[in-house]
Parts: sequence; structure tokens; C-alpha cells
Amino acid sequence: MIRRLLSLGFAFCALAAPVANRAWAKDELVLAMTQTPGTWNPLISSMLAKSLISNMTARPLTAYDADWKLVCLACTKLPTLQNGKARVIDLPDDGKGGSKKGMEVDVELRDLRWGDGTPVSSKDVAFTLEVGRHPLSGVASSEGYKRVIKLDVKDDRRFTMTIDRVTFDYNSIGFLLLPAHIEKPIFDANPAEYRNKTAYDTSSTNPGLAFGPYRMVEIVPGSRIALEQNPTWTGQKPYFKRIVVRIIENTAALEANLLSGSVDYVLGELGLSLDQAIAFEKRHGAKYNVVYKPALIWEHIDANLDNKLLADRRVRQALLLAIDRKAISEKLFDGKQPIAHGGISELDPMFSRAARQYGYDPAAARKLLDEAGFATLRNNVRQNAAGDRLSIELGTTAGNRVRELVAQVIQSQLRQIGVEVRIKAEPPRIFFEAMGRRTYTGLGMYAWVQRPEGVPRSSLHSKEIPSAENAWSGQNYPGYANPEMDKALDAAERELDEGKRRVLFAEIQRLAADDLPSLPLFFRVDPFVIPKPLKGVVPTGTLNSSTLWVEQWRWEE
Amino acid sequence: MTRYLAARAVGMLVTLTLMSFVVYVLIGLMPGDPIDMMIAGDPKMTSADAARLRALYGLDKPLVERYLAWALQAVQGNFGYSRSFGQPVLTVLGPRLLNTLTLAGLAFVLSAGIALPLGIWAAAHPRSRADYLINLFCFAGISAPPFWLALLLITLFAVFLGWLPAGGMADPRPGSSWIAGLGQQLRHLALPVLTLTLVQLGTYTRFMRGAMIEVLRQDYVRTARAKGASERRVMWGHAFANALAPVLTILALSFGGLLSGAVITETMFAWPGMGKAIYQAILDNDYNLALIGLLVATFATIVGNLLADLAYVWVDPRVSLGNDRS
Repeated sequence: MIRRLLSLGFAFCALAAPVANRAWAKDELVLAMTQTPGTWNPLISSMLAKSLISNMTARPLTAYDADWKLVCLACTKLPTLQNGKARVIDLPDDGKGGSKKGMEVDVELRDLRWGDGTPVSSKDVAFTLEVGRHPLSGVASSEGYKRVIKLDVKDDRRFTMTIDRVTFDYNSIGFLLLPAHIEKPIFDANPAEYRNKTAYDTSSTNPGLAFGPYRMVEIVPGSRIALEQNPTWTGQKPYFKRIVVRIIENTAALEANLLSGSVDYVLGELGLSLDQAIAFEKRHGAKYNVVYKPALIWEHIDANLDNKLLADRRVRQALLLAIDRKAISEKLFDGKQPIAHGGISELDPMFSRAARQYGYDPAAARKLLDEAGFATLRNNVRQNAAGDRLSIELGTTAGNRVRELVAQVIQSQLRQIGVEVRIKAEPPRIFFEAMGRRTYTGLGMYAWVQRPEGVPRSSLHSKEIPSAENAWSGQNYPGYANPEMDKALDAAERELDEGKRRVLFAEIQRLAADDLPSLPLFFRVDPFVIPKPLKGVVPTGTLNSSTLWVEQWRWEE
Repeated sequence: MTRYLAARAVGMLVTLTLMSFVVYVLIGLMPGDPIDMMIAGDPKMTSADAARLRALYGLDKPLVERYLAWALQAVQGNFGYSRSFGQPVLTVLGPRLLNTLTLAGLAFVLSAGIALPLGIWAAAHPRSRADYLINLFCFAGISAPPFWLALLLITLFAVFLGWLPAGGMADPRPGSSWIAGLGQQLRHLALPVLTLTLVQLGTYTRFMRGAMIEVLRQDYVRTARAKGASERRVMWGHAFANALAPVLTILALSFGGLLSGAVITETMFAWPGMGKAIYQAILDNDYNLALIGLLVATFATIVGNLLADLAYVWVDPRVSLGNDRS
């Protein structure tokens, strides 16, 4: 009996050997993130989790770096008007009469090879554009591919793209290439079935799908993805031989994994929440560098301008003046989350300080509401001469604890100026259905993702108001229509001169700040909890993730 | 018996068909469609893109027409593709089903294996100190939220003691032996299995205890004791078999529920199972995946029910499956 018990004890000890010690794995890095990537095909659907991995196995032609500057990754030199690699041209007559201007962009690919040794070539570019433009391929957003109306292949690595318009972002070529030698036969067999038959999903670990510093060698769906060095990578040799990315959806469990040593580093783009990171830094700051990188995720409140209470811009301005965003940021986010003055970040080169900025001024808010006719206070709620009570519904996404907390603070602050706010937290799909179909009745609090120097057309142009006619596809959820704004947005997209474009951006920001179809709250920060010995991780704050420079990551004791 | 099983199989088929229709319609009636989700995540999508994709995925057709098209394919063995993963639904669900069966199966065997003797022992010693202690333990298990219990176990065993991994599946080092891989997998399973076991243990023990106490009050038990039968004979020969029938129902039905009901444990321990897949598919509007996942869970519940009925016959000779009158 005693022998049996001893055997059991030894077995338990063997089973319970410490896991925190990952010393054997100095050439291995274990990462974690909170989202499961879906389809691996880079053209079909956009998803941050997928991008974080794909950016280790391939590179877009161009991307924004940590300083939000456009750089070449899979090309040799960034084409610009100044270096002569881009030019404005007259497009041939399309038969509809009238002359139209377009642009030509010369690109040279870097010397890159897919993991099976096949060179990355202009054929891959042509094939990627073909898939992107095909109506049956299942690509979500085809606009970027369709605007390339002609591809003139010079040789295996050089080509000229003709763009159907004059646009300032002519050299932002952010798509990932598809390997024509693997994918083209599948696509040609049946374009309508391509999204289901793509090798990215049927043979995800095929080395020929990667030309970056790493290639995927193992995928355990919903659990982990293992990557190993890609021997055909021609860039800087990565330090880690193997990277394992674990999927841990619960952030509390994620933190426990980090502390237990099961995970070395949690990817900041899809990792711990801000409040968790702040608390984590206080407890474990000696072992980790916590970097709070301001991102381009814009938390704001849309106002449905069909609501007669919110149709008056004085009411919208009063609401913003009565929200103490500075206090909210300090109390809830330890002051880490910068206040937004509009949809364009202060770190964006196109940010304008000339646009109106709203501080916390409840007295001015009360005055504006008086002017708007809501001068009578009954049961602590303002109302106008017609008896309309200033009672507004504030919708937001349920389950986002921080956002729900912000909603409660806003409710309390607006009560101080006689505005009744009714909070309605709904599951995200129900909330966004209401926003997208414009059936929300008052205010809607959520976030948009911007890109550096991005023209906010989709959220401010009158043609982007969702309706049955445009298949509910626009993102101008407030229903904001201002011909001056439309004009400025159209012009900003076409303006090639940076100085003149800056003036147009300033106009866009001025109009948005005066009219306030959306009340700006904060720019979210991505908290990166980086173990002190891990060097080379540079948070970007944009959709071009830090993993685009994964070959620079290394341990340094 | 054959006739009975055939009748149950037909009933099962009808139930699954009806369920497929109900689930398909319910998912279809939920707000938003997959394209709405894409629009929310991709500001560059145009109205033309949205219309093109709705036509491509058949979302521009009426719901019933879509269901009939799906059903026609399903009877030919083609259950469609998962929109999120771009893979056949069965390819996505297969490994997850296996993972859940491993996790839930181990937890089920452990909890039933501990709960039944514990319940019987508590019933045999009612109102004793041990009985109170078992009851306390049971109520603690029943009332502890699984996510809290999971976090507690992770903090204790993974963070403080560093004995067990905090979550995920085994990640054997390349070239390592299968025994090492199995050992690693067992270590990864330890905490989620323990969580699920503790959550279920209380319920099963309480049921077993209650059923036994009820049976021990019966006249035939008193008669058996009066006839001089040993306590062991009374407990196991007379009382246990009769007390088992209601407990079997609970066990069989709860096993079906385990397939889709372990979602919290799976999420907390990053265990890629069915519950998590179904939950995520519903959130992502991945119709095919959610539908087949829910049908698999329904199938498991029906099979569990069938097994419970068969077990009745086995434990209680008075119960018969046919139409014969007794």
C-alpha cells in the first residue's frame, strides 16, 4: 500500500514539474493574443489577429512605420512624385467623353523568395490584383485593387501601375502578395470557390505561402500557431528560431499565463486591456516595461441627427462641453488615454490646432442649452416651450467594462446640466446593427480605426450615410450632410501637394469641430507589456502592426 | 429492442431536422448579417462590395430559400463552409469536438466516479459531521462561478506554485517522444478538468445523496434489514440499484450539455473546444458553423437521453422498452 502511495506521489511530482522555467527555449519566443485568426488568405477579410501573424510570414509592399511614415517593405524605393517614380497622366478616353487624369507609379520589388524557393515576382502582383478585382473571389474591399486599371510588367521585379484617379495616397500599396505559382491554378479552376479552396486554408503550412522572416509550421485551431525561421528570407536574419503564438481569449487568464511564465510576451495590439496594464505595471513594473502607445482608435459618440433634440448643433456642443473628458481619462485611465479633439490624432501630420477644441465648461453648456430653447428645468430635466424633455438614449456595446463605466460617468455629468441620459448597453452585433441601419434613437458610443493621413470620408461624407440604396454600407452613422465638408473631403483625396492638403484637412477638422456630428472622447492607447530582456519590439499604434519588424526582436539579458 | 431503437432513430432524425430549421431561422433572424460585420471592420468597403458579397454568400435570398438550399446540400453530406475560417464546417468542428470530448469526458468520469460513492456515503450517514462537510463542499462547488474557480486554480497552481500550465494545449518540443507529449497534454488538462469536475461534483453528489435517502426509507429496505441482510447488501444490493435510475437521467442529460456547455472553462483555459467555437460562431454570424455546432450538441443530448432510457431497463427490471403490458 505504502509503495503504491509512493508511486502515486512520484507520478504526481513528475506531472507537476514547474512549467515556468522555459530556459531551454531561449531561441524560442512564446507570444499570446486574445483573438483567433479566421481564414489565412490575406485578401479575404481583414482581421487584426490574422495580420499579426501574416506580418511575420509576408510583407506588404509599403507600410506605415512607428513614426507613422510610409516606408517600403517589399519594394526597393518608395515611389514619389519628387523622385520621379510617380507621375500624373492623362488617361485614355473611356468613351464617355471628357478628359480624366490618373497616375502612374513605378515599383521595383525587393529580391524576395517564397519559402519553396520561387522568386517573388511581378506575376504575383498581377495575380493578386486579378483576385482583388474579381467579383466572385470573395475579397471584402475591392476598391484598392479596382483603382489599378493597368499593370505594365517591365520584368520579373519591376512594374508600373496605372491608377484611375489622382490621389494623394498613390504610393500606399498596403496589400500582401499572393503566390501565383500556388494560388493561380486554384483560382483559375473556379473563382467562385476560390475563397473555400485557397491553399492558405487547405494547406496553411505550405512553405510556398511565406516570404517573410518566418513561416507557419503548425496550426492548432483555436489554440496556437507555431512559426519557424524561413530559410529563403533575404532580409535581416531573425533572432528567434521558433515563435509560438498562443490564443488566450480571456484577458485575466492571459495575465495569469504571463505571470506563470507559460507566455513570454503578450502582443500589445491584441492583449491586455488598459486598466489591466496600469494595474500590472504597479505590481510587476520591475520585470516589465509597459509602453502605452497612442493608437488610431478613436472613441467617440455619434449623434443621430434625425433626432430633433440632437439636430440643433448647440445641443451637441453643450453635451461635449459638459463632459469632463480630462477627469475621466485621469480617473479611469490614469491619464494615459489622450483626449480626442476630433477624428484625427494629434500625432497625425494632418492634425490641425486651428479647429475648435472643447474644454470642460458646464456654464457655457447651460448657456447654449438656454439659447437652444431648453431653458425650463422640470424634475431636474430641461425642456423647451413645446414640452420636449432633453432626455436622450446613449447606446453602447455591452461587455466592454471600461466603455460601460464611461457611459455611467457621462450620464452623471450630463445630469448636472439638466440632460437626462438613458444608457442602453447591447451586444455588439445588435448595437452595430442599430448604428449601421441608423435605427439608434439618440447617441451611440463606440470606436473607429483610422489610418495616418487618412481622409475621414467614410464617416463624414454625405454619400456615406447608410441607406437601403447603398446596401447600408456607409459609415456616416449620424447622417451628417454638409456640402462644404463634401467638397473639402473630395479635394483632400485628390490634392497631391502636402501643404495644400494640410489646409484642406484643417478645413475638414474645423467643420467637424463646429458641427459636431460626433462628440470626440479619447484616442485609445495600446498597452504593450514587454519583458525587460525582450528588445526590438517597437509599437506602431497603427494597423501596420509591430510584428512587421519581428526579425529585430531578441533577448538581451 | 431493435424495433424500439429503430423508432428512436426515426424520432431522432425528425427532431434534428426540425431543430436544424428552428436554429437556422433563429440565427437568420438575429440582427445583422455577416456582411454587416465585415462593413463594421473594414471602412474601405463600398456599397457595391456589400451587394456583391451578399449575392456571393446567398444572403440576398429569403431565409426559407436559403435553408432549403442548405438542407439539400446537407443531405448529400455537404454541410458547407465556415465563413470565418474558410474551411469545411466539419474540418473546423472535428478537432474541437475531440478536444471537448477529452475535456468533458475526463471531467464527467471523474465527477461521476467521485460523486456516486460520496453521495451514497453521505446518505448512509445522514446528519453526521462528514455529511455536513460533504454538503458544504457540494454547495461550494455548485455556487462557485466557473470563471472564478478557474482563475483561482490558475493563480494557485500556475502562478504561485508554478506546478501546472495556466492554459492552452500541449506544445511538444520538436522531436520529443509521444510519452513526453502525453505527459504534457495531461498537465495542460489538469486544471480545466479539475474546474469542470468541481463544478459538476456538487450537483451529482447531491442527487445521489437525495435519491439514496429516499430509497433507504422504503419498506423493502426495512424488510431486508429485518431479514438480517448485511448493511453492505442493503446498500448496494437493494438501495443503490433503485436509487440509480433518477441519477442516471441527470448524468446522461448533463453529458449532452457538456459538449456545448463547457464554454467558460474552455475560454478561461484557452482550450479550443466546441462550446467556444459555437459561441464565437454565433457572435461572428458564421451561420454554418453555429448551426452544425448546435446540431451536434442537440444530437449529443438526444443520444444521452436514449442512453438514459436504456440504462433504466438495465438497472430496473420493471421498466420495459416495448409496448408489452405488465
